[in-house]
Amino acid sequence: MLTLLRIGWKNLKRDRVAQTLTFVLPIVFFSIFASVFGGRAGDSTPRVSVAVVDEDQSEFSRRVVEALGKESALRVRAAAANARGLDRSAAERLVRNGDVPVAIVMPKGVGAGFEERGFGGPEISIVLLADPSDPVAPQMVQGLLQKVTMTAAPDLMMRGGMKQFERYAGALTPEQRKSVDQWLPRLKADAGSSVGTGSNGGGAMSMPVQVIDVMRTDDPKGSLISFYAAGIGVMFLLFSAVGGAGGALLDEAESGTLERLLSTNIGMSGLLAGKWLFLMLIGAAQLTVMFLWGRLAFGLPLFSHIPGFVVMTVVTASAAAALGLVLATLARTRAQLSGFSTLLILTMSALGGSMFPRFLMSETMQKMGLITFNAWALDGYLKVFWRNAALWELWPQVLVLSALAATFLSLARLLARRWELA
Amino acid sequence: MNILTVTDARKRYGSVQALDGASFELRKGELLALLGPNGAGKTTLIRAISGRVRLDGGEIRVFDQPVVAGRTPRVLGIVPQELAVYPLLTARENLEAFGRLHGLTGTELPKQVDWALERTGLADRAREPVKQFSGGMRRRLNIACGILHHPRIVLLDEPTVGVDPQSRDRIYVTLGELAAEGVSLLLTTHHLEEAEARCSRTVIIDHGRVIAAGTLPELVDQTVGRHRMVTLRLNSPLATDRIPTLRVEIDPADARQVRARMTDVAADLPPLLEGIRAAGGAVEDVEVRGPSLQAVFIHLTGRELRE
Repeated sequence: MLTLLRIGWKNLKRDRVAQTLTFVLPIVFFSIFASVFGGRAGDSTPRVSVAVVDEDQSEFSRRVVEALGKESALRVRAAAANARGLDRSAAERLVRNGDVPVAIVMPKGVGAGFEERGFGGPEISIVLLADPSDPVAPQMVQGLLQKVTMTAAPDLMMRGGMKQFERYAGALTPEQRKSVDQWLPRLKADAGSSVGTGSNGGGAMSMPVQVIDVMRTDDPKGSLISFYAAGIGVMFLLFSAVGGAGGALLDEAESGTLERLLSTNIGMSGLLAGKWLFLMLIGAAQLTVMFLWGRLAFGLPLFSHIPGFVVMTVVTASAAAALGLVLATLARTRAQLSGFSTLLILTMSALGGSMFPRFLMSETMQKMGLITFNAWALDGYLKVFWRNAALWELWPQVLVLSALAATFLSLARLLARRWELA
Repeated sequence: MNILTVTDARKRYGSVQALDGASFELRKGELLALLGPNGAGKTTLIRAISGRVRLDGGEIRVFDQPVVAGRTPRVLGIVPQELAVYPLLTARENLEAFGRLHGLTGTELPKQVDWALERTGLADRAREPVKQFSGGMRRRLNIACGILHHPRIVLLDEPTVGVDPQSRDRIYVTLGELAAEGVSLLLTTHHLEEAEARCSRTVIIDHGRVIAAGTLPELVDQTVGRHRMVTLRLNSPLATDRIPTLRVEIDPADARQVRARMTDVAADLPPLLEGIRAAGGAVEDVEVRGPSLQAVFIHLTGRELRE
């Protein structure tokens, strides 16, 4: 028994790859997930980007917009955009394009209604234009709106409340009127004092908010499934591309077939191109099978999004195959390839949103995610299946993934020189 | 026209001088054995000829054209030491794949595939996956893949390693047929008796240098000479005072075995037998051996050739 332990220990001591996989990999993953979910020390709290459209231009709406701008949990992108004349349709576009998950519209008359009805709330609701793929942001914004409306304009609310009181209980006496008039400016002066402090402001009173799903998804469940199909699909695409490329190059080098292939007319460039094409087709087939299964088992809306799916699948599989070739040409052994690629793929998948949607990550992590292959691929699939984007709208993702494929292929060709000539 | 000439080939990997001025030539239709201990530079030399190693110095010419590093001359057929075939493909599929990559197309491809299968004795197993083949059959397929495009020079790195005597025999029949058709073959091997029996000439390489080249008689003349080695097995060890008189060597591993070199066995053996009898010894067995490649090899390198 002791001898077996000694053998195991000596093997582990002399195998750096095994040591890395045993001890370093879990630490790396722990750090990534701690950053994604918990936020690193000094990292900002996740902030929700919102667009704000003030159609009302009343004192109430201006105060609410101003208070929203001071909210630490919000990034009011539209504050500047508003000055350039952001209207409801532009805000809706921002949401549909995924630039912001929520847009707040202060419709015409909301301020007058608020001043008129006070505690009873205005007849006209504040409108939230929301993308339901992010289930957290609309809820959060709704809550913040309740707080902001209560704290940003207490005097207006009081005035409205007094009007309601007078309507049903009779007019105030001159003394009562005088003391209310003295109190209202004090309320106005206090307005916003609790903004950003997390105070619960309005208590049981509530401001009506109407949430509109701007994606107009007939089947939000199916569309979300497409997102997860892409997330998992891209991660496994990377695993199979690396495994396939390893088999294609490292195993061939070991078995001697690489030497034989290089002695034929094909040459290293032709060989890599052939391997890349094969891996790309296999990857595309793998994603197609996954989405078809999603269609059959979970009602994923594949057939209504075929052109976008084809484009994203081809560019994604191309880049994944090229990345697989880079890793296979970089590694000296199968063990190296396996250790390094597991680390890289799982890291990229975590950062790039394959395991956990990027829009739920902190801003810093969302930005970091863009360095990964997965983020661009998933953004593309999200555009196709969730945002119903036209083909041309996929150009950033297609451009980045194609550029990545070209870069990876060039790098693989450079690294493969070691097999060509000693 | 020279078929293949290697002149003063030099190659260093870090602190290791893999080739240190190796020179030799391969002639038309010959089967040339490249012999050398492990690490002598055989594989480096084969890889340099096939354009996979950039030489630090010297030159390799194939049909009078210099070999350019990174480009395998089209007239070469390569048979690597590894079984460089795809195990899940059938023998025919392997040959078709490599044939296409060698530029064979149309009716020429199946014709050449059939020829290679026939030549290596695999025609009746052509449609079986290679993973079901024995080691010897895989070796033969390995050779078939290297010759199917009709190369004029074939480089074989240990083509018979790990195969049974029957398959080895079959392989040498194939190589002999190719040589008879005018193909020049250069093979590395650890089997001295094979090189001796099957190859027309031998090049011995050690420490990256060619230390001898020629036919077996030429090598024998250059090294150990043409004497015979006579080994006698006695019923008991000889008395030590008799040994100088009889001019024999005692086998250090077995004192009952003595050896003597003789240039004329018929004249020298009877007096030795008489001398032993007179010394009180009795001869149980006599073995007379001619000069072998092994003796040449040991003479030149100071060590035996082992796999």
